[in-house]
Amino acid sequence: MRVLAAMSGGVDSSVAAALLVRDGHDVTGVHLRLTDQATPYEGERAHGCCGIADADDARRVAQVLDIPFYVWNFKGAFGRGVVDDFVSEYARGRTPNPCVRCNETVKFGALRERAASLGFDALATGHYARAEHDGDRWRLYRSADRNKDQSYVLARLGQKELARARFPVGGQTKDETRQIARDLSLRTADKPDSYEICFVQDGDAGGFVERSVGSFDVGEIVGTDGAVLGEHAGVHHFTVGQRRGLGINTGSARTYVLEIDAPTNRVIVGPGELLARTGLEAEELRWVSGKPPEQIDSVQVRAHGGVHEAGLLDVDEARASVRFAEPQRGIAPGQLVAFFRGDEVLGGGTIARALR
Amino acid sequence: MQPRTTIYLDYAATSPLWPEARAAMAPYLDDRYANASSLYAAAREARKAIEEAREVLAAAVGARPEEVIFTSGGTEADNIALQGTAFRARNEGRDGIVVSAIEHHAVLDTARWLGRNGFRVTEVGVDSNGVIDESALERAVDRKTGVVSVMTANNEVGTVQPVARCADVARAAGARFHTDAVQALPWIPVDAAGADLTALAAHKVGGPKGGGALIIRRGVGVEPLVHGGGQERGLRSGTYNVAGIVGFGAAVQATLAAREQLVPRVRALRDRLQEALVQKISGIMVNGAGAERLANNCNVCIQGIESEPLLLLLDAAGIAASSGSACQSGAAEASHVLTAMGVPSDLAMGALRLTLGRDTTTDDVDSAVEHIVAGVKRLRG
Repeated sequence: MRVLAAMSGGVDSSVAAALLVRDGHDVTGVHLRLTDQATPYEGERAHGCCGIADADDARRVAQVLDIPFYVWNFKGAFGRGVVDDFVSEYARGRTPNPCVRCNETVKFGALRERAASLGFDALATGHYARAEHDGDRWRLYRSADRNKDQSYVLARLGQKELARARFPVGGQTKDETRQIARDLSLRTADKPDSYEICFVQDGDAGGFVERSVGSFDVGEIVGTDGAVLGEHAGVHHFTVGQRRGLGINTGSARTYVLEIDAPTNRVIVGPGELLARTGLEAEELRWVSGKPPEQIDSVQVRAHGGVHEAGLLDVDEARASVRFAEPQRGIAPGQLVAFFRGDEVLGGGTIARALR
Repeated sequence: MQPRTTIYLDYAATSPLWPEARAAMAPYLDDRYANASSLYAAAREARKAIEEAREVLAAAVGARPEEVIFTSGGTEADNIALQGTAFRARNEGRDGIVVSAIEHHAVLDTARWLGRNGFRVTEVGVDSNGVIDESALERAVDRKTGVVSVMTANNEVGTVQPVARCADVARAAGARFHTDAVQALPWIPVDAAGADLTALAAHKVGGPKGGGALIIRRGVGVEPLVHGGGQERGLRSGTYNVAGIVGFGAAVQATLAAREQLVPRVRALRDRLQEALVQKISGIMVNGAGAERLANNCNVCIQGIESEPLLLLLDAAGIAASSGSACQSGAAEASHVLTAMGVPSDLAMGALRLTLGRDTTTDDVDSAVEHIVAGVKRLRG
């Protein structure tokens, strides 16, 4: 099989490519250049998944595996599909997940299309998730390593995407992946995991949005009773459930962002117990099978953790409402909600609002 | 599975070593290892080989031997030329630097770096054929201009620039004139006497990588950038790369001996390639077609095609080609040369540079055409 292996320069995609080579496939490696970034000597910020140091790591792994390797410029697709969305979502008071968008529009969007046009049979990534062919359709499952499971960020992939997708490390643990990399003397074997947003180099998402959009109007921070407690420099600095950096003194250390009301430019804060929500409403739905499921048994509402027992109240083509078995905190509009039945990923949508 | 590169059409990137150069270098990689600056017979022998190479190179470009400064390559030569003269000129109250917009990054990025460090930098545009706008150059150069840099021939589209007239413009204003002749040297006569500074590279003429030269006309003051043992009249310190310099000299000799016969043959192959591509591919544009170009250069933009997937298909077929411009990571960027020529960015992302050379055959060209046509058809779906 001719496989195009997306190689970020991290250990997971390195080993994914190595496993495909070991299994006798005809593998070509590709590293995507997604943003304009400083060269390593311009500053100490060469982390994330798209720096030149990462391209160098991916290239060195490809050399060791003796496979062709290319660096492709996908800045256009990434800018349109991920960065623009990230900025506009934050600007309207929501908290987007750029990795989800990247998988949907870049890796399994533009890159998948290019791979197909070049005659590759499959596109492989280093995600911890499992895709299995069952009868006439593909199903997506959580990975064998539950701690590293990344099926959440793949929840918006459909049949077209999964039919050509390969996740070679999805059936093993991270420790096993690192051990394989060490056995093969890959230089990425002990490279730390990346948790940052790759294009926000200083970790300041609000600052990034501000540089992209320009200035934001100052707004009010108000309590649940409507009392003005302070000012804020723009709704893009806030996420529902956030406690730090509110810049107000309420006399209580336990004050959280409860809600962001972009139309009135207000951030509503209050005690943590008021964060509890009984469910959520999701929009922009994508289902793995192509159609809504009869029922679900759980949802995941953020990339790490946030797995809650839940059921569908109602679902149609455009929207789904979900009720949690127990009230949950930290339901942030803009984040992806992934729908599960057991270990199987059924689909994903964007959280439009939380239900009380 | 790695493809094997069998058809090499990237001579503008680098060229195969002449057998004569390899033979000339061999003793200096072997028993003639002496440091050419030392004080015994073996060292004197190495130094003699360097001076012989210097004479060969000087004669090849109409310079005097003492005007030749050996460097580690074209990039270093360009850096010394720009930085070394810019700092001198500023002491005379001249803080202006004028370069063409289609310079190699060795010149362009050096100028921009100087621009970030207090110099005034002007980039002069080109016409749609990739030739400098001479009236814009005249407007840009003034009594405050310290150095003007216009390349002899462009590395991406091969267009030959009117350097003699550009040099006149610079000198009329009292500015120094530098030309990057790295791409020109294999294909057209280079007249170093017509410029104050001329940059050359060994590996573009079938010499070894890691060798180059800056020709500095007598009387032109240049500040050294690399300080140390004082080699090359103090302008480029560092132990002599004896084998590299000897190989450079031999390669220049071999190139000049072959050039008269080689140029028409390569030009005919290039024309064959270009005509076949234009005939067989719709929506193709030959860049620099209306200008005088180096005989070996064929640079095209193909509508609806991106360079990256096309280069992968060609690579898989064993064909070495280029998109013309790549960033440090290796990803293709819209070429600054094509952009300066007014090529829209989506078309520029579909640039394909094919550069021929002394070992290129008719079969190579015909096979490349076949694979390019098939690749374009496949990618257009």
